[in-house]
Amino acid sequence: MTASSALAAGGDLADGIARGDRRALARAITHVERDDATGRAVLAALYPRTGRAQSVGVTGSAGVGKSTLVARLAAEQRRRGRSVGIVAVDPSSPFSHGALLGDRIRMQELTSDPGVFLRSMASRGHLGGLAESASGVVDVLDAAGYDVVLVETVGAGQDEVEVASATQTTVLVTSPAAGDEIQSMKAGLMEVAQLLVVNKADLAGADTAVQQLLALLAIAAPRAWDPPVVKAVARSGEGVEELADRIDEHQRHVRDARHADAERRTLVEAQLVTLVTAALSRRALAEARRSGALGSLIDEVVARRRDPRSAAEALLAGIAATAAGDPAED
Amino acid sequence: MTAGAEQERRIRVLIAKPGLDGHDRGAKVVAASLRDAGMEVIYTGIRQTPQMIAEAALQEDVDVIGLSILSGAHLELFPRVVDALSERGIGSDDVLLFCGGIIPRVDWEAVRELGFRGVFGPGTDTREIASFIREQLPTLPARAL
Repeated sequence: MTASSALAAGGDLADGIARGDRRALARAITHVERDDATGRAVLAALYPRTGRAQSVGVTGSAGVGKSTLVARLAAEQRRRGRSVGIVAVDPSSPFSHGALLGDRIRMQELTSDPGVFLRSMASRGHLGGLAESASGVVDVLDAAGYDVVLVETVGAGQDEVEVASATQTTVLVTSPAAGDEIQSMKAGLMEVAQLLVVNKADLAGADTAVQQLLALLAIAAPRAWDPPVVKAVARSGEGVEELADRIDEHQRHVRDARHADAERRTLVEAQLVTLVTAALSRRALAEARRSGALGSLIDEVVARRRDPRSAAEALLAGIAATAAGDPAED
Repeated sequence: MTAGAEQERRIRVLIAKPGLDGHDRGAKVVAASLRDAGMEVIYTGIRQTPQMIAEAALQEDVDVIGLSILSGAHLELFPRVVDALSERGIGSDDVLLFCGGIIPRVDWEAVRELGFRGVFGPGTDTREIASFIREQLPTLPARAL
């Protein structure tokens, strides 16, 4: 696809989304996820219309009940008269790069509600790629007019920390069974979560888990927003109303005129860092693969004639040497 | 692995079970095998209405839809799925349809006329389904780029 036809296709999709065409919305998400020229054109056209939705990321280890909680939270938001866009991320297989995306099974009741748009997304295992496309998908749903956009991600690794940069409010979900895990959460997610949920709070150990989290929060650096800890039982819906209230509170906080600008600057900075990191590695590596420079640099490092850092510098220097223009255009 | 450069098109497949079948082993086996063949498979679970299936196909922007049915109601339900899809502007010319489960050979012609290009019975080698998808997908006349 040529640059101008991609621009036109992106513009058409953006117009379709403005008219409420759900298929255009679905198609646009595909392009954004693929990070192709059409996807970029859609995002450029839609971006001025973003900023209305409350975007909420929900993350935590496998098995803590994220999907069920997200389904409950979405239902609660519907009860409050808000439309909901959901992005459910599941891991891609590192071997086949395929993925089995089963979140619709756990969100059955929502899938026949016209006020809900649910999109499953595979993590695709790309460096920075997940956060990159997730923030784009959030923007598209935001521009499409969804009042709330929920992003659900599996795990508690680096990818998930980055995904937090795609949303304004990040909810970290744990369970009483995850006690050891809480201990190990000294860095990383704790720092990016604005809300902590102890799910399965009907199980023994829930209060201990809450205490552990509060203790960890107490030693964190002081900040403008103190993350509350909410007990919930996603299966029964207990605590979900409180969670929605707390999210609203945090949203009022980030939109408060006194620091909205600073909050937004922080978010945008994180997004730019993610995008630049991804784009740089993409450009450096794509060009080096094509020219064969990557192979010869690897040979040199393998033979210990060169060290990895100077090899990386050489790859980065290669970007400057080639004409601007992204090799991964289509 | 790099972002973008290898962000080549992943084939997205919806595997759905219309009607009241109580078990879904076959559907899950197919879903897992297509994942292993490198596709992104959205599985919706059992007891899906035609509206739910069509809505999932739309929201997930899938390239392929596979319906699995064991109840014998395929000639009742498949046309309703096809109608629900076309109400949303999705046709068998832009999305590849196939089906499997218990579909008697006498019904294959009728099912094909509905737009299902592939019919796979019990005992099908799952690799056959993956190759079917790879071969047929590029031949769809209205496939979106």
